[in-house]
Amino acid sequence: MRKKKGRMEPHQHDERCEEVFALLSDYLNLELPPEACQEIEAHIADCSPCIEFKESLRKTVDLCRQYQPTELPGPLGQEAKAQLLEAYGRMLAARTSNQSE
Amino acid sequence: MERDTESELARQLIAGKAGAFDRFVDHFRPKIFHYSWLMCGHREDAEEVAQETLLKVFESSEQLREPEKIRSWVFRIAKNACLMKRRKSMFAPPTELSLDEFMPAKYQDGGQLRIEIADWSALPDGKAMQSEMRELLERAIRELPEVYRSVILLRDMEELSTQETAHILEVSDDVVKTRLHRARLAIRQRIDEYLRGNGVKEVEEKEGTHGTAPAR
Repeated sequence: MRKKKGRMEPHQHDERCEEVFALLSDYLNLELPPEACQEIEAHIADCSPCIEFKESLRKTVDLCRQYQPTELPGPLGQEAKAQLLEAYGRMLAARTSNQSE
Repeated sequence: MERDTESELARQLIAGKAGAFDRFVDHFRPKIFHYSWLMCGHREDAEEVAQETLLKVFESSEQLREPEKIRSWVFRIAKNACLMKRRKSMFAPPTELSLDEFMPAKYQDGGQLRIEIADWSALPDGKAMQSEMRELLERAIRELPEVYRSVILLRDMEELSTQETAHILEVSDDVVKTRLHRARLAIRQRIDEYLRGNGVKEVEEKEGTHGTAPAR
């Protein structure tokens, strides 16, 4: 039977590693209940493979957040800009008309 | 741009403040283009999605009652525009990623349990991301099946919340969390392979076998 997410029961060291492994993103995102976080931290403090793995995942997330795209759009053409400005003008006109009603 | 600044920009746009239109387009157009390019795989499609999304934002601005939700709203429109535009993806095929395939191999070393892992301490921890690492990351993202790719782009690149991402993709919060974790694990594994000395060549070989297959 599957255990409730975020809860770890006492069991073998190896199984705990697997539970931590499954919950690491939720842990890094601070999306776990406090007691589940405490259990993970208690396990990690005493488990160097989990520390290493957690750090590598944290760095992966950092890299994703720092990522700057290599591919950028071409300059906005005159016709495309005119089309957008026209839509924006209609938007402002509709808002003004709604406010005056 | 911080979310607060973005919300303020949306307020100024709605109020018709001078310069708001240009700043709004300059800020969101590259973002939408980049998301669409990684989702659709074609430059022209991504350019069109960016234009169509911005048009739609202006045309349906009466729905924008909460400027603090501007990023979420823009990406929801962009996601739908991408779906309309979708051709056969040049990126990864639609497969499910299983947690087991990313579990690191374990071994005993003098009575101590260890995992097979690269030395991640050499990886830059600050903003100094090298171009090689950027390319590696981009390849890893492109290799992800579409449902995982969209989640990591919205959650980790655009830093939208789980709830916002779930709303944009029209899935549950739990689905977003599951897909995000597997996407991160897949990317982590590619970086780990790279750091363990397999390097760019190995990555390119793998991309040649998986990355260019049509999705559907």
